[in-house]
Amino acid sequence: MLAVQDLGVAFGDIEPLSSVSFALERGEILGIVGESGSGKSLTAMSVMGLLPLQGGRITRGSVNFDGQELTRLPEKEYRKLRGGRIGLITQNPMTSLDPLQKIGIQIDSVIELHLGLNRTQARARTVDILGSLRIPEPSLICDRYPHQMSGGMKQRIVIAMALAADPDLLIADEPTTALDVTVQAQIIKLLKDLVKERDLALILITHDMSVVAQTCDKVVVMYAGRAIEQGDVQAIFHRPQHPYTQALIQCIPHGLAKGQKLTGIKGVVPTVKNYPQGCAFHPRCERAQAICSQQQPAFISVENSFEGLRTATAGSTMKSTVACHFPGEQA
Amino acid sequence: MLLRYAGQRILMLIPVSICISLVIFMIVHMLPGDPIDNLLRIGSSPQERALMTAKYGLDQSLFSQYLLWMGAMFQGDFGQAIVLRRPVADLISQNLPYSLTLGALAFAFSSVVGMLLGTLSTVVKSPMMERFVRGFILLGSTVPSFWLALLMILAFAVTLDWFPVSGAKGWESLVLPVLTIGFGGVALVARVTRVALMDAKREDFVMLLHAKGLAPSVILWRHLFPHALLPVVTILALRIGWILGGAVTVEFVFGRPGLGSLLIRALGQRDYPVVQGCLLMLALAVMLGTLIGDLAQASMDPRVREAKK
Repeated sequence: MLAVQDLGVAFGDIEPLSSVSFALERGEILGIVGESGSGKSLTAMSVMGLLPLQGGRITRGSVNFDGQELTRLPEKEYRKLRGGRIGLITQNPMTSLDPLQKIGIQIDSVIELHLGLNRTQARARTVDILGSLRIPEPSLICDRYPHQMSGGMKQRIVIAMALAADPDLLIADEPTTALDVTVQAQIIKLLKDLVKERDLALILITHDMSVVAQTCDKVVVMYAGRAIEQGDVQAIFHRPQHPYTQALIQCIPHGLAKGQKLTGIKGVVPTVKNYPQGCAFHPRCERAQAICSQQQPAFISVENSFEGLRTATAGSTMKSTVACHFPGEQA
Repeated sequence: MLLRYAGQRILMLIPVSICISLVIFMIVHMLPGDPIDNLLRIGSSPQERALMTAKYGLDQSLFSQYLLWMGAMFQGDFGQAIVLRRPVADLISQNLPYSLTLGALAFAFSSVVGMLLGTLSTVVKSPMMERFVRGFILLGSTVPSFWLALLMILAFAVTLDWFPVSGAKGWESLVLPVLTIGFGGVALVARVTRVALMDAKREDFVMLLHAKGLAPSVILWRHLFPHALLPVVTILALRIGWILGGAVTVEFVFGRPGLGSLLIRALGQRDYPVVQGCLLMLALAVMLGTLIGDLAQASMDPRVREAKK
């Protein structure tokens, strides 16, 4: 339903995003992972067509949504998609609602705009949606202001807003980063259930590998504006090829005894202006050779046989794509 | 909710007014010089002077003078002007309408034009517009109003002969003073509106508004503008009081009657009751302005309504 091909984004002369490709079908959850500044949110903004708002533009590639080419779509048409067929859930629920307007009105406006219902009908639908998100006393909530609610509740409101016009695609940009850990799990579960109930496609942007492992069907691992590895979640987690992906997976803390050190990745993500030559990860990579700093690695398809794994997919073959000069499992 | 908030705010004005009256009284009476100098003929004897001082109660202690003044005021008596020899209430009610008309017109002019200009400067994205608005804001906030008043008179009254040079006859005489006072106000309001709008544009929730598929014009008028209005209202509220008293120099240059002119004249003559009355009126205007501003803000922003509970 959504196919992104070789997407490139530029802000002036700077190109923070290049050659990002992925595809997504209804009922699927695609995770986009990476550290801060790796281009996850930019990818989301590109699909939403909201790059001009931040001063960026798409320079290359295509974004195809249900047969419609979005990169050439006139703004007026795009506005019908936004909020209508593509819903966005943003990172910080504390600041993503208009503090001067009541909750109800903010959700109603999406319904009135995209479904053409009148005010009373829109409110009835708003109450319905709030109820379906397990928000207690939905009709009372409508008369509240955002500052009167907790973070988790606000994020549910934002989700309700994204769902209001019955979209086909949801983009959730770090939907749980700003929330309490207990609330995080609830929101992730809620999103997962929604995909199942409504047969949605969901792009889940996060920097939390464990969330990806629990939730997603497909994963795109981003580093310095490139999708360095992607594939089915099983393939990525059981047979990661790129050293960066491997390092990310190692960062998930599990079964650590007290006193044991948490693993991290040395160094930081380079800023857009200082993307290194060749493979952007080479300064932090243990596997790096001379070629890594000279030539950008091409995308290679890898077929994984899952024999010997005790998973549901054991025995099947799963594909992934990796951009590395020396792919392969860890030595 | 809003009513309770309003009630609390109004109650709070009582102690504030008492403090202000005390301060005004003390400042005026501690200034060197006194009104008796203006009443005595040159060469009068010290006895005559003492007699005159006693007649106006100026020989009593400051504290009892204050109580006397306050006591009378509670009965609606602002006292008798010592030099001008008329009831202060008469003087004020004679001059206040002129100041109010000028102030209200200048206020309306500066808020409407200022907000329009400020909004326009963020919406129209042309370098020409940008430069024009910036230049205008810079000029408007730096050019002193008394000098601008003189230029206005020179250009539009003397050279072009479109409007009268001075006086307060008919609406024609209002145009130049309103423009003069309004000019600075327009610049101020335009600047605040512009900055507030640009700040509002950067807020997180604006991204989500675009993601909802709302048209940019809807986002501007239904969401950004109300946000930008919050600081603008604060500035405007402060200006309500300022415009009544701050128009002093402009009233003076244009030779208009008004509270400002009255105050200046009374100050020169140390006419205590008149100075006190005028200052009190101005202080009242500032307090009312702030009150109106706070109430307006509370009616627009639910967070303000609740924070002050």
